[in-house]
Amino acid sequence: MNLETILFYLLSLMTLFSAGKVITSRNPVHAALYLVLAFFSTAGIWMLLEAEFLALTLVLVYVGAVMVLFLFVVMMLDINFEQLRQGFWRWFPFAAVLGAILAVEMIEVLGNAQLPAATAQAAPHAANYSNTKELGRLIYTDYVYVFELAAVLLLVAMVAAIALTLRHRQGTKKQDQSEQVRVRRNDRVRLVKIAASGKVAATEIKQG
Amino acid sequence: MNYLSTLYPAYAEIFLLVMACVILIADLLVENQRKTVTYVLVQLTLLVLFLTTYHYHQTEPAHLFHNMFVGDQMSDALKMFSYIAVSMVLVYTRSYMLVRGLFTGEFMVLTLFALLGMMVMISASHFMSMYVGLEIMSLSLYAMVALQRDSATATEAAMKYFILGALASGLLLYGMSMLYGATGTLEVKAVADAIKGGVANSNLVVFGLVFIVAGLAFKLGAVPFHMWVPDVYQGAPTAIVMMIGSAPKLAAFAFVMRLLVESMQPLAAHWSAMLAIMAILSMAIGNISAISQVNIKRMLAYSSIAHIGFFLLGVLSGTVEGYGAAMFYIVIYALMTLGAFGMITLLSHEGYEADSLDSFKGLNQRSPWLAFMMLLLMFSMAGVPPTAGFYAKFSVLEQIVKTGHVEMAIAAVMLSLIGAFYYLRIVKLMYFDVPESHEPIRMPAESGLLISLNGLAVLALGILPGWLMAACSVVVQKSLLLQ
Repeated sequence: MNLETILFYLLSLMTLFSAGKVITSRNPVHAALYLVLAFFSTAGIWMLLEAEFLALTLVLVYVGAVMVLFLFVVMMLDINFEQLRQGFWRWFPFAAVLGAILAVEMIEVLGNAQLPAATAQAAPHAANYSNTKELGRLIYTDYVYVFELAAVLLLVAMVAAIALTLRHRQGTKKQDQSEQVRVRRNDRVRLVKIAASGKVAATEIKQG
Repeated sequence: MNYLSTLYPAYAEIFLLVMACVILIADLLVENQRKTVTYVLVQLTLLVLFLTTYHYHQTEPAHLFHNMFVGDQMSDALKMFSYIAVSMVLVYTRSYMLVRGLFTGEFMVLTLFALLGMMVMISASHFMSMYVGLEIMSLSLYAMVALQRDSATATEAAMKYFILGALASGLLLYGMSMLYGATGTLEVKAVADAIKGGVANSNLVVFGLVFIVAGLAFKLGAVPFHMWVPDVYQGAPTAIVMMIGSAPKLAAFAFVMRLLVESMQPLAAHWSAMLAIMAILSMAIGNISAISQVNIKRMLAYSSIAHIGFFLLGVLSGTVEGYGAAMFYIVIYALMTLGAFGMITLLSHEGYEADSLDSFKGLNQRSPWLAFMMLLLMFSMAGVPPTAGFYAKFSVLEQIVKTGHVEMAIAAVMLSLIGAFYYLRIVKLMYFDVPESHEPIRMPAESGLLISLNGLAVLALGILPGWLMAACSVVVQKSLLLQ
């Protein structure tokens, strides 16, 4: 057993443990932090596979951006997680039995499988081999179709998010600068002819 | 030959994507609350798409983009049916969505994107393009279900649809990753070759297959993965349900063909056994649960589960004729669903949703012609001759008996008989009950014309089903690379 294998098992155990904690920890902030740990250990596994670019992107994008945003949301929304968990223990036995059956079946199928031993070692890369460059080359040649479609998927997500959240409510006190700039005198000022006698003037003001 | 002209099998997809983006921007300039310009643009786009696909139709399968895309007769036919279905959805739903303030540019653009997702699914010959197509379609549909933000039921339906849909995608991806592990490739043809050549580890392939079938069943709404169907059908706006229930089923047919039949034909014994259980359970639970429903949208949801069960019978027969019958079934099913939900949108008006069975009471006295159209649609769903539904059921049963599954055919007929009860109950309500209101039915002329065409098409295809049936078997035969 060499160092790589030991590291692989260590990182895998860490991923499994933190993934388990994500769904079992009571505090949602802890759950989010365990998810960060899961991302870190998965990035470690990618490092072992020599996919350095992907490993770094995972840490930068998911840990650095997505999870931080997620944490903000969790902290800002005051969600009562205890309330969400109601009924969990009532259905637990049922779910546990189903899960156990599924696990046993999976072990039955895969336990008997004669998986080929990983004898073939991948050929070592040349010294000037660039992971990032290769990835870019593949994305823009072999996988250009799905790459473009992934962009469409993001566009759909954007359109959907705006359609679902943008709402022009009446009566909000927000400022519209362009409207403020474009305003004309006639929009704001109204000249009222007031008769000299006090009685008529009073009715005019009431109407105005 | 320059690069662009080699892409002609994918011209329809490219055109649709460009037009969806153009319409997205053009809609900003449309001041009109009725969105007439956007609507006409969308319908014109669909018309041009139809002509494009017709003009560039393939006689032999053509692969593009490093085997990620395939253009063949089956994909061309299914795409053309999808354009018609989407166009019909928009005609039916325009006034319904307008009075509810939901006929927005986003609604139409999301519809077009959903169509794009379906086209990618229909033409996918690589697991990755299949998955991305599925996600484009699903994401658009989730958002469309949630468009009616002030309705608690619509939001709940969207939530359920989204969570269960994401779970199904996860199952599907896990299954695909197992297949990748076993065969070392994600290309449909190469996976088929690896399995046939015995290169792949068979245990691992079957393990992946189970997850793929489960994911597919989720998306199709087959028992035991059907829980989301009734809630989504009942909760979402009727117009969106019409969309979910029609065109995506055509894409799902292509998905099943490419995933199960083309890439895993040697494992037919495994998947057809799984499909057999799901088919019988779907027909049983769908038909029996539908009887006790008082909400017609919920009833049609259970009916869709039962129809999916029947459709799976055609797939599991494992012959090219069986796949042809399944395709015919799904096309007819889409047509009937469009008509049935179209009728609900026609009977609804501002502030009133005609989604309970009572709203069909005495329809014959209010509008004999609409009642007759609904009668044709219900007869067709129940499988009463001489409607198209009868012939669709008949051809599936014929194929299933031919391949020696007589007991399944008997079960299917018995369960359809149970199902006939709730379709015929609507006919009884329309013709023999007293209407709750004598309000005249106001509907736009084009929707009235379309529902007449829809009802009559169901009748005409029942009397003369030959050409469509022949077309379905030919395109399946020419497209599937079966040895």
